[in-house]
Amino acid sequence: MTQKTKIMLALKLAFKNLMGAGLRTWLNVSVLSFAFVIIIFYNGMIDGWNRQSRRDTQEWETGKGQFWHPEYDRYDAYTIKDAHAPMSEEIQAEVKKKNLAPVLITQATAFPQGRMQEVIIKGVDPEQTVLKLPTVTLVPSGDIDYAIIGKRMAESCKLNVGDRLLIRWRDKNGTFDAREIQIASIFKCDVPTVDKGQIYLSLDVLQKMMGMSNEVTMLVAGNGFINKDLKNWDFKDSAFLLADLDKIIQAKKAGGSIMEGLLLIIALIAIFDTQVLSIFRRQKEIGTYIALGMTRPQVVGIFTVEGGAHSILATLLGAVYGIPLFLLLGKVGISMKAAQMTDMAIAETIYPFYSLRLIIITIFLVVISATIVSYLPARKISKMKPTDALKGKLQ
Amino acid sequence: MENSSIIKIEKLVKRFPVGKTEFTALNDISVSFGAGEFAGLVGPSGSGKTTLLNIMGSLDSPSEGDVDVLGRSVSSLSHKQSAKLRNHHIGFIFQTYNLLPVYTVYENVEFALLLQKLSGSERKKAVMDSLEWVGLTDKVKSRPSMLSGGECQRVAIARSMVKRPEIVLADEPTANLDSKNSHNILQTMKNLNRELKTTFIFATHDEKVMQYLNRIIFLEDGKIVKDNLINDSKN
Ligand SMILES: Nc1ncnc2c1ncn2[C@@H]1O[C@H](COP(=O)(O)OP(=O)(O)OP(=O)(O)O)[C@@H](O)[C@H]1O
Ligand SMILES: [Mg+2]
Repeated sequence: MTQKTKIMLALKLAFKNLMGAGLRTWLNVSVLSFAFVIIIFYNGMIDGWNRQSRRDTQEWETGKGQFWHPEYDRYDAYTIKDAHAPMSEEIQAEVKKKNLAPVLITQATAFPQGRMQEVIIKGVDPEQTVLKLPTVTLVPSGDIDYAIIGKRMAESCKLNVGDRLLIRWRDKNGTFDAREIQIASIFKCDVPTVDKGQIYLSLDVLQKMMGMSNEVTMLVAGNGFINKDLKNWDFKDSAFLLADLDKIIQAKKAGGSIMEGLLLIIALIAIFDTQVLSIFRRQKEIGTYIALGMTRPQVVGIFTVEGGAHSILATLLGAVYGIPLFLLLGKVGISMKAAQMTDMAIAETIYPFYSLRLIIITIFLVVISATIVSYLPARKISKMKPTDALKGKLQ
Repeated sequence: MENSSIIKIEKLVKRFPVGKTEFTALNDISVSFGAGEFAGLVGPSGSGKTTLLNIMGSLDSPSEGDVDVLGRSVSSLSHKQSAKLRNHHIGFIFQTYNLLPVYTVYENVEFALLLQKLSGSERKKAVMDSLEWVGLTDKVKSRPSMLSGGECQRVAIARSMVKRPEIVLADEPTANLDSKNSHNILQTMKNLNRELKTTFIFATHDEKVMQYLNRIIFLEDGKIVKDNLINDSKN
């Protein structure tokens, strides 16, 4: 008998026995399929979130990477003061081709409704197309300077389109200056670092305010930018720029895996229990297999496959209710309104993303773990005396 | 007789550990069986019938002495070799039938063959042949739970015969059957014994079985006390 037919035989027998066991089988299979579906659901949700947030962060903030002034550190506001340098002709050419979006950054104080708030002002080229920011609305008209802000900023400062806002800043020489700007538009973006405490002005306007003609803090690379080094600018790739997001995603996955692990363990305990019971109750059957000429390892194999086959049924059952559920959620998404209050980059609605890799890994995990817990009690068979097994008198 | 004996037992002793001591279930057994015998081990409960049968079937091993089955010394066989011996050469029939409840009649009989290298068509023919011997060709798709006790035991006989073994060991095969069914299956086995020259060895205290035997070995307290050949056995 070949290895393949042996496995087929064991599988056939396993399914017949599982079906014969009726309710008990279906209870085990239901619990296991539930663990299975939850694992895929949760990880699919996190993966969907990850993809959306990455895409949003890249589209709104980091582009295909950023060139930083060597002094600049996004976590240290004190570095901003010295982090600026003029754009070379090479850079200006790339800016013109819309391959780079120049950004000048400064700290300032805003006075919405008489209150005082520290803000970051970013000067952005109104003609840039690298980032999704609606910078076209910054194109000057008349003598008022336009600004754009995000929805969260607008809400926290109670600002509407057309409202005016007083800002105060220190220029290049450390001299205070103040002026009124007008909100030209309010954008909706799910990336908090693009929105909270941020005011966007036209690059020209900010450069003049600061007395930093032609100077910028960073350059955001767009799709058309062919990777090359820019002298005196430090390139930061997406892996670096998205490290924070990666950390949050990792933490969420780790947190989820505790719950998933518990669910899986409950399901596995149920299978283990069933196995112990069935090996105890079916001693006569075990003795019969041996009398019919099976070796004890072969009988261990039959029982292991039988327990492991719970996972195959669980996969099928999970598919029956999981696939429609996943398709539906993939379409309508999952509301994340509550989580948006936090500082995480998260969209109002997450569309879960179920990768083939996730599904295969999950099936693998479930099948392997179910097989292991089935094997452990089945090992006992190899120590049974066939004569005792036939009598069914083992304890 | 010596030459054609397929089971040869010499000075067999079987002891079981019981607590800190040992219990001697078989004591100094020497006996041989020739091809085509229809023999029975008879004796009171606890006399060692099942124990002797199990040792001949290589399900258990002797404590002392030699047990030779089809030219193989059972105490020297590895697990794998003794499994192979059972799979190819020895059929078992049990008091409680021991059919696989989830399998159909056909599959129960087929199971014994699945461990052997046979083509699908060879296997099918063998299964149908042996179901015909026991008169169950109309029940191939039934499950054991749908069968009467007598029918179950006939399936068990078919299962033990499907591989055409040299030896069939039957432990109290009629104990759960009524008189009519007992005679029925005994007649079936007797016919198979005649046609296929299969050696049948029973363990029994059923009078009905004894009527069919052509040799009765009486056991008492693990010893052979009588070994009778019977020439005018019932047809
Ligand atoms: N595994 C064992 N451990 C200890 N003692 C055993 C074991 N198996 C059998 N015995 C003892 O050996 C003796 C013979 O048992 P065996 O089952 O061979 O008797 P038997 O003749 O088949 O009896 P019965 O007619 O009741 O089936 C009995 O006294 C039994 O208690
Ligand atoms: Mg007995």
